[in-house]
Amino acid sequence: MTQQIKGSSGIIEPDLARRVNLDTAEHDVINPDLTRSPGKGRRRSPLRWIMLAVGLVATLALPWLVYPPVAMDIAAWALFAISVDLLLGYTGLLSFGHAAFWGSSSYVTGLIAINWGVPFPLAILGGMLFAMAIAVPIGYLSVRRTGIYFAMVTLAFAQMVYFVANQLSGLTGGENGLQAIPRSFFGIESVETDSFTFYYAAIGLILLGTWAAWRIVHSPFGRVLVAIRDNPARARALGYDVDRYKIIVFVLSAGLAGLAGGVFAISHGFTSLQELEWTTSGKVVLITVLGGIGTLWGGPLGAAIVVTLEDWLTSSGFEGTGIILGSIFVLIVLLFRHGIWGTTQDLFQRRRKAD
Amino acid sequence: MDGVEPVQATSGIPLLQTSDLTKDFRGFRAVDGISLSINAGTIHALVGPNGAGKTTLFNLLSGFLAPTSGSIAYRGKDITGKAPEQIAHLGIARSFQITSLFDQLTGLEHLELALASPTGLGMRFWRSERQMGQFRQRSLELIDEVGLAHLADKVAGSLAYGQKRALELALALALDPSLLLLDEPTAGMGLEDVDRTIDLVRQVAKGRTVVLVDHNMHVVGSLADRVTVLQQGQILAEGSYEQVRMDDRVITAYLGNAHA
Ligand SMILES: Nc1ncnc2c1ncn2[C@@H]1O[C@H](COP(=O)(O)OP(=O)(O)OP(=O)(O)O)[C@@H](O)[C@H]1O
Ligand SMILES: [Mg+2]
Repeated sequence: MTQQIKGSSGIIEPDLARRVNLDTAEHDVINPDLTRSPGKGRRRSPLRWIMLAVGLVATLALPWLVYPPVAMDIAAWALFAISVDLLLGYTGLLSFGHAAFWGSSSYVTGLIAINWGVPFPLAILGGMLFAMAIAVPIGYLSVRRTGIYFAMVTLAFAQMVYFVANQLSGLTGGENGLQAIPRSFFGIESVETDSFTFYYAAIGLILLGTWAAWRIVHSPFGRVLVAIRDNPARARALGYDVDRYKIIVFVLSAGLAGLAGGVFAISHGFTSLQELEWTTSGKVVLITVLGGIGTLWGGPLGAAIVVTLEDWLTSSGFEGTGIILGSIFVLIVLLFRHGIWGTTQDLFQRRRKAD
Repeated sequence: MDGVEPVQATSGIPLLQTSDLTKDFRGFRAVDGISLSINAGTIHALVGPNGAGKTTLFNLLSGFLAPTSGSIAYRGKDITGKAPEQIAHLGIARSFQITSLFDQLTGLEHLELALASPTGLGMRFWRSERQMGQFRQRSLELIDEVGLAHLADKVAGSLAYGQKRALELALALALDPSLLLLDEPTAGMGLEDVDRTIDLVRQVAKGRTVVLVDHNMHVVGSLADRVTVLQQGQILAEGSYEQVRMDDRVITAYLGNAHA
């Protein structure tokens, strides 16, 4: 009677796997190639100091290379994309409503700056806190869903925020948006009027946000996030309250998106309903996936490409920017399945293995 | 129940007790009125043909499924309807029939996560991941115990099947549970690995209570103090391995296949 009774193999296992997923409602519907990110961003690359130095130099050189307001746009969108990557690349959650945090923070930042005239970093702090505050209930109500359902719930909430902002036109200016947002900065006039100097005053906030994302990813919390991304049921069996972790990372991500949105509003001196539109949520996901998820470098790279391209196409009077961007996105996702950064990383690793 | 010994009078309350536990899936009754007592300090095997409801019962015990009716008591307290993470914190750990790991994390990182779970370190998003290093020593011991020391720094996704099973076991052990639920720990293993796993389970069962599902009768025969046979969601027989093996109904319902 020592013989193994057959049947515990092959045929039934996929079925069981499916059931475990269904039972815990953790099934992921997004293209697995996009979400099954390499996660190599958490491994300490031997080149990390060089990469960091190059990244910093590029950040500081940016307003020399492109028109300073465009440089600021790139930086803001880069942090916005990083906030999305924190969810998509590190936790496996695709938020399709991040405009709610970027946009609402841009309004709150603008209102604080207009009404109280405080130095702009304080106004941005206010916007960021507001974004985090609304992320608490939104996160609470959406993290129970996964995959495409999570994306749809976040989209629905973002549309609600859009609707509310449109209704409160007395406060938000409705269709006209918020005009003439000042850039007070402790009376330093060059920062307040010159976009080149402003870049250097504001980039500190973006770098701070980027550092915060790096800290989160490389913390014990960050490791739990990756565990949740790879296998939520297992994380629960180890005693981790998966929903709680998701709510917390959702709120942290909203804070970063809010920080970026605040900088954006101050940089432009106005904000409008466009920042709350679903197209903004879509654009930031596009930037993140284009650059490559799960690395933190992908977002900035994607932002640099998309914002520059957009600026270039619009200034050359071209009408079909959306079509061009859409086609590039489709091409890149088809050709480089892990985004530009992820694919480059793969190539390097293959080379190193081959050597 | 002829041929099966009556439920023993045991000292004190059982560690885990289910009463009339039932689970329906859209009209299909996978677990059907199971009343089971698991005595502390024993290895209790659950056997039965495919689809008998063993894994579903595990999912109920570990909180991954809520029962349709019936209740579960652990150390005399009702734990019915608690979430998996709460049950884990009560000292009940489980392994999965389907290897269930974190593909992008190394073996050591897995074990550190399991060891960190009760400490709350996982919430510290402002601390360095190096903080997890405090669990490194114990993680190395655990990974050595299951014979994976040389693969400690490989990501789980790149491990071979048997190695994943071993890591799965180490992960359940890392939680230092009072009650360990093992769902087919030897599924798909070669003979050598099966024997090593038997030794390992015997070793970790010291001072613990183990509920073991396995189709391999060699495993059940060498480990189990008590065996419960399930069929179509119900308890068909219960007793020692020898008693259950002789039971006519069990032979026809289940072991019969193996004799053929
Ligand atoms: N989520 C579910 N939805 C529908 N049916 C299910 C679900 N989970 C289990 N079942 C059914 O319940 C029955 C019991 O399944 P279970 O996995 O518990 O059996 P098992 O005893 O573990 O079998 P095996 O030895 O093959 O692992 C099977 O008929 C299965 O198809
Ligand atoms: Mg099973």
